[in-house]
Amino acid sequence: MTIGLGHYLTVAAILFTIGIFGIFLNRKNVIIILMSIELMLLSVNINLVAFSSFLGDMVGQVFALLVLTVAAGEAAIGLAILVTYFRNRGTIAVEDINMMKG
Amino acid sequence: MAVSAAFFYLFSAIAIASAVMVIASRNPVHSVLFLILTFFNAAGLFLLLGAEFLAMILVVVYVGAVAVLFLFVVMMLDIDFAELREGILQYAPFGMVVGLILFTELALVVGAWGLAPEITQVIAAPAPSAAAQVSNTEALGQILYTRYIYFFQMAGLVLLVAMIGAIVLTLRHKEGVKRQSISEQNARTPATAVEVRKVKPGQGI
Repeated sequence: MTIGLGHYLTVAAILFTIGIFGIFLNRKNVIIILMSIELMLLSVNINLVAFSSFLGDMVGQVFALLVLTVAAGEAAIGLAILVTYFRNRGTIAVEDINMMKG
Repeated sequence: MAVSAAFFYLFSAIAIASAVMVIASRNPVHSVLFLILTFFNAAGLFLLLGAEFLAMILVVVYVGAVAVLFLFVVMMLDIDFAELREGILQYAPFGMVVGLILFTELALVVGAWGLAPEITQVIAAPAPSAAAQVSNTEALGQILYTRYIYFFQMAGLVLLVAMIGAIVLTLRHKEGVKRQSISEQNARTPATAVEVRKVKPGQGI
């Protein structure tokens, strides 16, 4: 039984769905939401690398590298915002983040 | 072939199971540890796909930097996570519906998908053949530093902005802490620093 492109795409689709579900499930906890976003970015990376490998095109891996960069930056900025917010308000519950509501 | 298939199922099963545990575990520290496990197994999948450099980068960047950052923040913030988990089942059915719809759509796409026959003509940077004896890292570097140099520099810029942003957001100066002021030290002159006094014999100052 050979492993084809469809197998990898299925794994990536399942991981992406888990990421979406995690955002709904942990609606109050920003940290878990950030982790779910990391999961979704990882599944996109699996897609890019799988296509790159099966089509014999290196560009997919270049793009996966860029996605990795953006994901790392996003995690750093998100957690920095989280730390600052926790210092000011003493909580990270999502529903309390509404000071800018008009 | 059978070995690589077995490893594919092993890596993907562990990756999916630990991804489920990331979003379902009660303790956020466990979530982060399962996230690390997911990344490790995704790196294994990358290895199976022949993307060795990205697999190692995934381990170094995600496990070594991002996941440790998550762990650090989770442990540093003093939060009652039990309170945050209240009402978790309230959104579960809705999330399940959205997730199921999304997964069905993705499955339909994967099921009905096929490569266009002229796909081989639009390949931008062909991967070196196995006979060429070029490693994945070398092949990636040969196009990353030439044709995609602007993308590469843009990635560096993104990281620079992220670093400056994180520092600006979290740096704070505490009051009442004595710090070295180099400009003040350099501005001292003998006139302000030294005072000449006449000390009479037998008396103090």
